[in-house]
Amino acid sequence: MSEPVIADSAAWLVVWPVLLPILAASLAVAAWGHGRAQALIGILGVAAQFFSAVLLFAHVWSNGPVVMSMGGWPVPFGIALVADVFGAGLTVAASLVALVIIVYSLGDTSEQYRRAGFFPLVLALIAGVAGAFLTGDIFNLYVWFEVTLISSFGLIVLGGRREQIDGAVKYAFLNLLATTFLLIAIGLLYGMTGTLSMADLSTKVAALPNDATLETVALLFLVSLGMKAALFPLYFWLPAAYHTPLPAVSAIFAALLTKVGVYSLVRVFLVVFPEGADLARETMVWAALATMVLGALGALAESDIRRFVSFTVVSGVGVMVAGLAIGTDKALLGAIFYIVHSIIISAALFMAAGLVSRAGAGSDIENLSGLYKGAPFLAVAFLLAGLSLIGIPPFAGFWPKVYLVQAGLEAGAYALVAGVLTAGFLTMLAVGRTFALVFWRAAPDDAPLPASGAQQGGGLVLKGALGALTFLTIALGLYPAPVVDVSTRAASELLSPQPYIDVVLGEAGNGESRP
Amino acid sequence: MNSLILRTATPFLVGLTVLFSIYVLLRGHNEPGGGFIGGLIGASAFATYIISEGTNAIRRALIVPPIAIAGIGLFLAGLSGVASILFGDAFMTGQWWFPDFKPDLKYLSTVVLFDIGVYMVVVGAIVSIILGLEESGQ
Repeated sequence: MSEPVIADSAAWLVVWPVLLPILAASLAVAAWGHGRAQALIGILGVAAQFFSAVLLFAHVWSNGPVVMSMGGWPVPFGIALVADVFGAGLTVAASLVALVIIVYSLGDTSEQYRRAGFFPLVLALIAGVAGAFLTGDIFNLYVWFEVTLISSFGLIVLGGRREQIDGAVKYAFLNLLATTFLLIAIGLLYGMTGTLSMADLSTKVAALPNDATLETVALLFLVSLGMKAALFPLYFWLPAAYHTPLPAVSAIFAALLTKVGVYSLVRVFLVVFPEGADLARETMVWAALATMVLGALGALAESDIRRFVSFTVVSGVGVMVAGLAIGTDKALLGAIFYIVHSIIISAALFMAAGLVSRAGAGSDIENLSGLYKGAPFLAVAFLLAGLSLIGIPPFAGFWPKVYLVQAGLEAGAYALVAGVLTAGFLTMLAVGRTFALVFWRAAPDDAPLPASGAQQGGGLVLKGALGALTFLTIALGLYPAPVVDVSTRAASELLSPQPYIDVVLGEAGNGESRP
Repeated sequence: MNSLILRTATPFLVGLTVLFSIYVLLRGHNEPGGGFIGGLIGASAFATYIISEGTNAIRRALIVPPIAIAGIGLFLAGLSGVASILFGDAFMTGQWWFPDFKPDLKYLSTVVLFDIGVYMVVVGAIVSIILGLEESGQ
């Protein structure tokens, strides 16, 4: 290169959503022991990330994918951060919900949790999630998985109760197994192609014979990422672990962690293996089907309110992967919309479950009753969130299912359509049962009056955060056009990734090329 | 630990080890060494001090909690990647400054700043772990 290319300042946009939470996390660690300062840094860090994610998304929306290769090395050699509509859009959704959750956590974390490092861990987790959404390098994807994993270990054991350690061991063991499989799959793929950049892989994998080796690698990706996403039959760690930590932690896990798994499945199976790997695709159909139905059945059978929410999260993962398994642009539209919907609704339901445990005694659905009287706001918010979860028309949960069912019928994937509808029906029963028992059933006479949230302190913050997410799910249900537009474009970019590949390989880093 | 030999030797050992760890840190620029290995050597100096003088002595000597050192280190490492924005280069592009009075000095760079950050992260994290293990046993 004779003429050094000056780095495009727009390319820096893709760095900030990853770097800002890391910087904030390090500052929060430096302020160790100062709970207030850490809380302030936490909120400012996530707010700054949200702001930067919005700027990034706006740029990507009008100018196409943004690439920043670290150190300016050309892409197949350098490691790039890449933002397309899919990745940037999910970053915006994730950081918005993270912001609400971190506000909720202000009313939820006691001094003890803050001293144990709640805010630095949350910031590191969010950085890992944004990194996974925005990396263009498959090995870096693994690294970001590790970042989220390590910080989530820390979050899950905060408080150190026996059941938390129990949940953490299951969570840690299975997730470590999954990342090991992921590493093996990446290693095999690197051995076959000699590259790790996803854009480069896309062209190089297409040139490989569609044989047993490729099939094995694809299946390893399906198993490892499926385990992360909580896909049948590897989902049982999720209900075993998600009900143990603080409600704010459960909310952030449910909103973000499984979605990173689903995101990676979409990315790997549409960009890295755009075709071939038929056995893995066939397996994905059945895994998705089993996940959504068994998840909903689990929710119906569960007597702990937070485990009930965990199972609905699992069921939702099945719906998203069903969209990927159908694979048409309309199905992907539905799947991407569902990811956004699920980020919001999983967080809202876990927050509501946390408030239920505060307002009533414990989290056992069989023992809770008559909460409507003491906590009408909570009851309404829970019901609205539950209706959105089922997919009842005026809420955000309705639209992705419409697109998915339509796409499934057009593509002839009748089993998956039946699965989505059955899971919706079972979820309706489960939500109805929980609502009827916890809120409507008359409290026994000797039961203590449920304490309202305000009496417990921090009530307004908690309710406000829950209310904000409930409002969001209603707003997106009434006016879904923006999300539909974004999802449509993200789906079409994913199905024809050539422009993405050209940008990543062509611009090769935006920086000064090295001799 | 109540050993006269250890207590007498500790000040010399600790000073020398910290010095050596900084030497390894800077040497890592072009030769084997660097922030991580330098940090490990530095942490072993602090470990010697803890064994000899106890955990309270090191907390007093460090002033800030050791984990805060790790936090500052991570922040420095992150900042070192951003410095290139001022020069129109890509994220994490190394920037060097060769001062006029000594143009062959090769240590004034963002790369070395990154290494110093890593050094602090390693020292801070390991000293925290050692303190946690020592104090939980009491």
